[in-house]
Amino acid sequence: MNDNAIVGVSVPRKEGRDKVTGQAQYVDDMVLPNMLYGATVRSEIPRGRIRQITFGPGMAWDEFVIVSAKDIPGKNCVALIADDQPCLAEQYVNHPEEPILLLAHPDRHALPKAVKAISIEYDVLPAIFTMEESERCSEIIWGSDNTFKMYVIEKGDVDSVWAKADYIVEGEYTTGAQEQLYIENNGMIAVFDPGNGITVWGSLQCPYYVHKALMNLCNLPAEKVRVVQVETGGAFGGKEDYPSMIAGHAALLAIKSGRPVKIIYDRMEDMAATTKRHPSRTRHRTAVAKDGKILGGTIDFTIDGGAYTTLSPVVLSRGAIHAGGPYYWPNVRIRAKAVATNVPPHGAFRGFGAPQSLFAMERHIDRIAQVVGLSPIEMRRQNFLRPGQTTTTDQSVREPIDLGKLLDRALELSDYPSKKERFAKENQSRTMKKGIGIAAFLHGAGFTGSGERYLSSVVGVEGCADGSVRVLVSSTEFGQGTKTVLSQIAAETLGLRYEDVDVAPADTMEVPNSGPTVASRTVMVVGKLVHSAAVGIRQTLKQCGLLGDSYSPEEFRAACRNYVVSHGEFRSWARYEAPPDIFWDDQKYCGEAYAAFAWAVYIAAVTVDLTAYSVSVDDFVALQEVGRVLHPVLATGQITGGIAQAIGLSLYEKVIWQNGRMQNSQMTNYIMPTTSDLPPIRVFFEELGNIHGAFGAKGIGELPMDGPAPAIANAVEDALCAPCDAVPLLPEDIFDVLAARSRPEDEALSADGCR
Amino acid sequence: MINSSTISAKCEISFTVNGERKTVCAYSMERLLDVLRQHLGLTGPKEGCGEGECGSCSVLMDGVLVNSCLVPLLQAKDAHILTIEGLAGEHLHKLQQAFLDCGGAQCGICTPGMILAALHLLDKKPAPTMEDIREGLSGNLCRCTGYMQIFEAVADAARQITR
Repeated sequence: MNDNAIVGVSVPRKEGRDKVTGQAQYVDDMVLPNMLYGATVRSEIPRGRIRQITFGPGMAWDEFVIVSAKDIPGKNCVALIADDQPCLAEQYVNHPEEPILLLAHPDRHALPKAVKAISIEYDVLPAIFTMEESERCSEIIWGSDNTFKMYVIEKGDVDSVWAKADYIVEGEYTTGAQEQLYIENNGMIAVFDPGNGITVWGSLQCPYYVHKALMNLCNLPAEKVRVVQVETGGAFGGKEDYPSMIAGHAALLAIKSGRPVKIIYDRMEDMAATTKRHPSRTRHRTAVAKDGKILGGTIDFTIDGGAYTTLSPVVLSRGAIHAGGPYYWPNVRIRAKAVATNVPPHGAFRGFGAPQSLFAMERHIDRIAQVVGLSPIEMRRQNFLRPGQTTTTDQSVREPIDLGKLLDRALELSDYPSKKERFAKENQSRTMKKGIGIAAFLHGAGFTGSGERYLSSVVGVEGCADGSVRVLVSSTEFGQGTKTVLSQIAAETLGLRYEDVDVAPADTMEVPNSGPTVASRTVMVVGKLVHSAAVGIRQTLKQCGLLGDSYSPEEFRAACRNYVVSHGEFRSWARYEAPPDIFWDDQKYCGEAYAAFAWAVYIAAVTVDLTAYSVSVDDFVALQEVGRVLHPVLATGQITGGIAQAIGLSLYEKVIWQNGRMQNSQMTNYIMPTTSDLPPIRVFFEELGNIHGAFGAKGIGELPMDGPAPAIANAVEDALCAPCDAVPLLPEDIFDVLAARSRPEDEALSADGCR
Repeated sequence: MINSSTISAKCEISFTVNGERKTVCAYSMERLLDVLRQHLGLTGPKEGCGEGECGSCSVLMDGVLVNSCLVPLLQAKDAHILTIEGLAGEHLHKLQQAFLDCGGAQCGICTPGMILAALHLLDKKPAPTMEDIREGLSGNLCRCTGYMQIFEAVADAARQITR
């Protein structure tokens, strides 16, 4: 066996060399012979009936391939959870930027002019743009009550707690939409021929989501649809569901034209038309005892889903389950609702509902602390979940997590106590106010509840004719390091060198459905299956007498070659099976929500400049317990990257809406953090291990998105002595926060509640 | 001077890319980015925003870092252009190796531009401070890394190059 450990070591990224030399091929780098370019004609109004479409004068329309809903061979929908979203609007449009027509032309420069030359007349219908309008049902735009999904999580007897409470603390917290802003825009190439069916190459996260959508749309059997993920330039959830739409569009143009068709969005189209993080509103009402112990409470969590269902029910579920944070609630009622508005559908973005509800929880815990008269530290300590206690869904904490200890370490790393004291003293005499804030949180890895059981993922490991090993998964690489870590897991399991293992291209003709690349599930859930499938390879070689109990990588390669020579294709499969102690009740919405939680305490130190009303983060400490770190450099990169995006959510990134349309769909006016905007991000790990993950790993991809917004908002409150209950906090928002503080009705709070 | 006839008609324009003299027949106002990618097949420079914000299309033109999406072809006449494809010889450049080692490349889409921006920085400041690195790379956006490992990579490469 190989003595050199591979897991736990920062081996070189598999596709790293191609990336640093510019050789990596992304979809826009691909050119096929005879290829056309495609474009999308979109709705310019939020809601209405299409009356007439006019192709304007002065264009050689016969040179264009034109596709409308009538050209769809199968079902006109983007198949996902509900089949309510059309691939092309036929009669009605329900949001701005909704696709209506498709055009293709050999010259990509001819397309923008043609799109502009098409005018669409509508009978305009009244539209709604806010969660409040949607809840009032003044206009019904979806179903019978504008509600995509509701969940109620109920634990204990919340109605009994109010009478016993020493304090009842209420708060309302909101978060805004956020654009994923992967630097590579969405893109897809489709080819059709009647014999082989449809093939698409694209920038995407979930090959089998696209596969399912194309089967429905094109009315083709599984074997006539092939989806290939090419190098993908960032995704963050933003390439989870919308690529199914673009693949459908490219496919329809390819079917009609009989030629390859490439659709590449430019930045404005990508930002305006594709999904963003769900805006949210959370209302807390909490009964608290004198000593700060939470007796119980209600949490109402509402998200704006946009015009169609897409992934909203699942985002809602994760948000609802995380809404209680890492605290013990003896009694709680969480009511969660996803509502419809006439804006482009919101979708997956790293964290998937949890950053929204955890923002509320971590702001609220600071508010309770103020009311009770405890420090934010003591308030959290009083209520942290402990092993043996249960979460809001009645899931027992079985691992020996000590959140108090995690908090202590984070306080020390961030120098919290002395900063807190110093800032309070120095703030009195200066306009650059400093503050420090904490967020404690958890993030569940893998699909929620029975999700992994339904997915029933399959993974393969192949022994190849040259003796090397390939991992067969539909789990995709888009920067996180999927190829690298899954190769590490297989190599370590088989006692091989890292170089002996690679991951097959994510091509549905080649690889089984290992589930979507989402939900921080790839290393933990898929990695565990890679481990099992690799064990199968080794056992087979041993049973055939080709391999002894101990062997060198060279002996393994020889055994593998011999097996292929005598038996042909050599593949071992593993299918997900739910661990026997994991049970989830979909009806009552209780039980084991996740096979594992990662735990974290983040601390932000900020400066608020009262002359410019701007906030900058000066220091950021991120301490997390993530099972086992399989690749220190990649794991650290996941954490710093997630924190940077979350600092964007907190301080820089604001979607400006007008009549349901994004007004700032450019990098010039939608501002993400640059190299100059970020503090030193200091990342620390605790490693407790995890029996459900490969080599003890837990999921970490989404975790870092959850903590920064509340830590920063708490720090800004600390600096200003004024509550910051909404993100993002741009200068105009800081101005509003200060203006609200000076209003008389709020004076009582600032007098009692802040030093 | 650019006059209207040079804008509307295709013309032959020559320049040097990665050490090789090239002549292309293209519109004089075509974006250098499109000429590199579509006429010359150099797809290392990427289009992220098309308006000079993200820096993914960065190349060096006569030693100056430019956003090739903002450069009309005519401006590149007789210039010496370096794209990411021209950086590595037999071995990776120390910056490329450092990006690999330190985790400076995740999804890779900003990487070609980021490495060229770093090259330009180290050319001006062989021993940059952290502030120099932040300033030098401030025109190049990365959504994956949060920049910390990119800073490490640049500092690491600088140490190796000046050693």
